[in-house]
Amino acid sequence: MKITLEINGTEKSVEAEPRTLLVDFIRTKLGMTGTHIGCDTSNCGACTVLLDGRPVKSCTLLAAQAEGRKVTTVEGLATGGKLHAIQEGFHAEHGLQCGFCTPGMMLVGAALIESNPHPTEDEIRWAISGNICRCTGYMNIVKAIHHAAEATATQNTAGVA
Amino acid sequence: MAVDTQEAARQAMGGIGVSLARKEDARFIHGQGHYVDDVVLPGMLHMAIVRSPHAHARIRSIDTSAASAVPGVIAVVTGELLAQHKLAWMPTLSGDTQAVLATDKVRFQGQEVACVIAETKYIAEDAAALVSVDYEPLQAVTTPQQAIAPGAPVIRDEKEGQTDNKIYHWEAGDKDATDAAFARAAKVVSLSTFYPRCHPSPLETCGCVADVDPVTGNATIYMTSQAPHAHRTLFAIVAGLPEEKIRIISPDLGGGFGNKVPIYPGYVVATAASLLIGRPVKWIEDRTENLISTGFARDYHMDGEVAIDADGKFIGLRVHLLSDNGAFFADAQPTRFKAGLFHIVTGSYDIPAAHIVADGAYTNKAPGGVAYRCSFRVTEASYFIERLVESAAVETGVDPVAIRLKNFIQPEAFPYQSASGFEYDSGDYPRAMQVALDKLGYQELRKEQAEKRARGELMGIGVASFTEVVGAGKGKEYDIAGLRMFDSAELRIHPTGKGILKLGVKSQGQGHETTFAQIVAEELGIPASDIEVREGDTDNTPYGLGTYASRSTPVGGAATAMVSRKLRDKGKLIAAHLFEADVADIEFDHGKYFVKGSPDNVKTIQDIAFAAYTNLPDGLEAGLEGVTYYDPPNMTFPFGTYLVVVDIDKGTGQVKVRRMVAVDDCGVRINPMIVEGQICGGLTEGFGIAFMELITFDDEGNCIGSNFMDYLIPTAWETPRFELGETVTPSPHHPIGAKGVGESATVGSPAAYVNAVIDALAHLGITNIDMPVTSDKVWAALRSKGVTE
Repeated sequence: MKITLEINGTEKSVEAEPRTLLVDFIRTKLGMTGTHIGCDTSNCGACTVLLDGRPVKSCTLLAAQAEGRKVTTVEGLATGGKLHAIQEGFHAEHGLQCGFCTPGMMLVGAALIESNPHPTEDEIRWAISGNICRCTGYMNIVKAIHHAAEATATQNTAGVA
Repeated sequence: MAVDTQEAARQAMGGIGVSLARKEDARFIHGQGHYVDDVVLPGMLHMAIVRSPHAHARIRSIDTSAASAVPGVIAVVTGELLAQHKLAWMPTLSGDTQAVLATDKVRFQGQEVACVIAETKYIAEDAAALVSVDYEPLQAVTTPQQAIAPGAPVIRDEKEGQTDNKIYHWEAGDKDATDAAFARAAKVVSLSTFYPRCHPSPLETCGCVADVDPVTGNATIYMTSQAPHAHRTLFAIVAGLPEEKIRIISPDLGGGFGNKVPIYPGYVVATAASLLIGRPVKWIEDRTENLISTGFARDYHMDGEVAIDADGKFIGLRVHLLSDNGAFFADAQPTRFKAGLFHIVTGSYDIPAAHIVADGAYTNKAPGGVAYRCSFRVTEASYFIERLVESAAVETGVDPVAIRLKNFIQPEAFPYQSASGFEYDSGDYPRAMQVALDKLGYQELRKEQAEKRARGELMGIGVASFTEVVGAGKGKEYDIAGLRMFDSAELRIHPTGKGILKLGVKSQGQGHETTFAQIVAEELGIPASDIEVREGDTDNTPYGLGTYASRSTPVGGAATAMVSRKLRDKGKLIAAHLFEADVADIEFDHGKYFVKGSPDNVKTIQDIAFAAYTNLPDGLEAGLEGVTYYDPPNMTFPFGTYLVVVDIDKGTGQVKVRRMVAVDDCGVRINPMIVEGQICGGLTEGFGIAFMELITFDDEGNCIGSNFMDYLIPTAWETPRFELGETVTPSPHHPIGAKGVGESATVGSPAAYVNAVIDALAHLGITNIDMPVTSDKVWAALRSKGVTE
């Protein structure tokens, strides 16, 4: 079947078997490998993408379920050569080590800040509790998301002024 | 120079001690990390593995016809086919053999039986489900106690002369001296405990893309490997391929934690299939395959006792260890030591006599025995002694801090010869303890605990003062499959003063691209930003033994410092030529050469690098390049004190970690930010092991813990907020005084967490709960003592 969706702002229309998982569609049909596979059971969140702005586990969604919808992957975070605040935050606060969970973590963080510009530590921890990191112990991921939230708030304030 | 200008210069240089932001981050935050599953080659096929549903069964027949008939299937590989190429069995890292694909019997659930090679991953999986295997189930042996009991079914009946399930018997220390110590003991305290099977489960599973060129015979294997050079040599030996034609590329690794040290059957079959078919073959495990078949950790049953004299001093230690090694003895460890470095079990204590007896047994469980973020079984040793010391504190009524302070190896005793054969390089255990106590506010918390206890509330304070032994070799004593455990660094500074550093170790997230550049920055005065670090490609890096056992900094880091010094010395010859001075008069200070007495007239290291290619003295080789193979004179011995405060709900048995203070001494810290990142990660894995992570089996050998719904890994929600502290006691034999830190927290923390639980419960008569300390176990223990809400 032909599956048409918008990925990182660009419409793509690609043939795929109906049973194709969204993560495989993104990785093999679209050739974007920033979205990872860690557990196949929705537990680890390495495959997290944003579907119409909401974090979803792309290993347990069919690509067909994304038909006509907007998908954002890690490759869509930076725009016009400029890093997204969440990317800046992860780098500045040493929020990543092996990098395998990082795309999913950043997308969850970005979506959180979008809906809750001033998250508390508990709110951040709850938001990323569907994503496993084996390397960092989460402390710096929490800091990274805080960092991004503050930077975004400052930027927005400056924009208003 | 003003202090802040000096500091700015130091930061810009990015030498040792600077928390430089990581150079490798850029590709990861852009989603441009390059992991094995991201490798796509023209004509690439996909492999799926058919695995045994039984823990122990004879294979009557394998029917591959239905699978072979699926459109898109290229080949179905069985053990019988491999046997024709003498590849049905392979050697393990512990000198045993392991079935690549089972031919006679399956010996654990999840064992590899056949492989399907197809055009797509989906077709390969479909066809794998159609391979029909006729099994005759046999009785499964699921504990080492069952395994060594008389009459147990013999698991390895294919091994000539193997008539039982015993693998090894190994002893360390001095039995007679230990018996004598126990004979004169005023008190003996014993502990029986089980460190259960757990699994490193890096977020990226294992896999490879094997690409063998049928014309040239060149084999390029992209592989999740923590030790690419050693793996190349083993591939050459296993597959009979010429080593110079094998190129292993270990690209970005999504964590390793020991899981990516062994060679797994999937790598071998994918390579053999690529050779036979003439197309690249990709094999990527799913999570269940990773959990049920690749390198597990621990599974040690430990019984021991400490002899204490009338003054409260430890005078002897006895430990017996029964190790469950699974169906094949595939522990990743030095050849000489059958139970790894478990004999470090005297830990941080001055115990003059020790005797360690270790027995290994085959069971119908997955093989592996890797050190999950640990140096060859040091975690088990550290856990045992720290739990035993807790028991000793409880039984003698001495505060767990006081009993440790009384028995610590004292700072002036280093280098210290341990009763079990180690020479500890350096340490100051009382100081690390004091820093931790001050940070926690220990005395206040003890008061709070007493008040709460009077009200019937359960609160505990756990103490663990671990000592690790990491950074293998020296090569004379430590090897992997005979390969001596040195490591290497190759450094080339180009004419423009910027360089490439190539290493034999391999990062799995530890940040080598940053920290190793910092070592060069410190030694040569070239900014870390000007040094590119390369690893993981056997064609383009010097031979090394890889990254595990916290050995990158102790060995590869030492090699990096030493090769930098080689280049620095060559630079002196060039400087002497440029200054027209005697080389004996040339001095070097942070990237600047000058003639003694004229520190203002300098040639920078960049000037020297340029001259190395453009303006050399007669008789001197061109270039500024060198390689060092470093064989460390000793291991390093990081240490620290961890303190944990828990509150326990009597009604539910739930344990809440309120605080966790970790004071680590890993010697000199190259990049404090990265060091702390390593520690927080290890404390989290330790927390997972202490409270959540468990691979267990039912009586039939079915693996429970085969996915992330059953094998529980801490998320941000459960994970405690850590409070870190440090002391710095440099290693006297390491060129920059560093000791390695990647595993300290996993080694040291499980005992601290469990001791905290026991500290809360010991007054009720509860003195041991084996990990993982789950709410139901605590609840049952409380109920067994008549404690209710």
